[in-house]
Amino acid sequence: MSERPLPPVTALGMASLALIVAGGIYLSAHLPQHVPLGPAVALLAASALLLAGNIFALSRVRDFAWDRFFSVARWSLLAYAVIAGMILYAFLQDHIRGGTLVVLTLSLVVFAVHVPMLVGFTVARYAGSDVRVAA
Amino acid sequence: MADTAISAPVVVPEAVPHGPPFERPDFDIVPRRGLVLVAIVAVALIAAIASNKLWPLTFFHVAGGAAWTIIDLFLGLVLGPIIGRMSIPARVEFTTRLMPKMVLIMPTVVTATLAAGWQLGLKTGNVLSSSPNHGWIVASYIVVGVMSILALGLLEPANIAVLFELKKPRPNPEVIERLMKRFIYCAGILGVMQIATLVIMTKLASS
Repeated sequence: MSERPLPPVTALGMASLALIVAGGIYLSAHLPQHVPLGPAVALLAASALLLAGNIFALSRVRDFAWDRFFSVARWSLLAYAVIAGMILYAFLQDHIRGGTLVVLTLSLVVFAVHVPMLVGFTVARYAGSDVRVAA
Repeated sequence: MADTAISAPVVVPEAVPHGPPFERPDFDIVPRRGLVLVAIVAVALIAAIASNKLWPLTFFHVAGGAAWTIIDLFLGLVLGPIIGRMSIPARVEFTTRLMPKMVLIMPTVVTATLAAGWQLGLKTGNVLSSSPNHGWIVASYIVVGVMSILALGLLEPANIAVLFELKKPRPNPEVIERLMKRFIYCAGILGVMQIATLVIMTKLASS
């Protein structure tokens, strides 16, 4: 199967998710007690940087099946926004506030954007221009 | 879980370049009727967390966790190798019937297990760093974290992409083969990691 070169979107996405998960584990291991936020902020920043890099790298790909990418990614985004919202609700229910809540919320935003991007990319990279699909 | 919509079969004459034509059942990538059940589970989960009562939280954590573990173990260690040895037409038919259900089942059971589990851990005090079980709890975070990265970064995109490929008038068997390989390997690793989850959870439950 001949494939044109594409940026390493999946690898970068997984690295970004790994950083977010590491930050989540770090915060969860301390909650509900006070958490020193430095390491979590550093992990979040690195993850967000990878997300930005991934978006930039993908946006430079020419002749990509963008229609398919967005049609898949937007529904996936809706699903992961609901999941992220439920996780956030649980944190609010547990009276998590302040800097910890901000870091957790931003981590959930990165998670809820990056996973749909990976799903959309994986589907769109194999999309043929002659194919029409009903989701 | 609601059935995948099966309508008139579609003939796929070129899915296997050198094989005989075979039929592929039509299907919905996301079974819409199943979304109603997912919504019911989500509402019940929110109610369980809001009530913060022991029984509903235990129910969601144990029922969701059992479903998650059993599905991963069975798919990764039993069904996965069997699917790998099936003929392509048989694999295609099996995939079109199984995968759409997995698109709804797995995120639902994982969300229910983790959300209820966190709340339960707070209620029982297991997640507190002063708890004697805290080390085991952190170990479970790490196992779940690794499983999440694999499931979200590799498994789910491959699952959805296979379904989109199968929806095409002329599915490319090489693409299906490549994505299914990714799916089967990931499912195998997740199955093995679920054994670690079983060790940790049974240790927590018995201490």
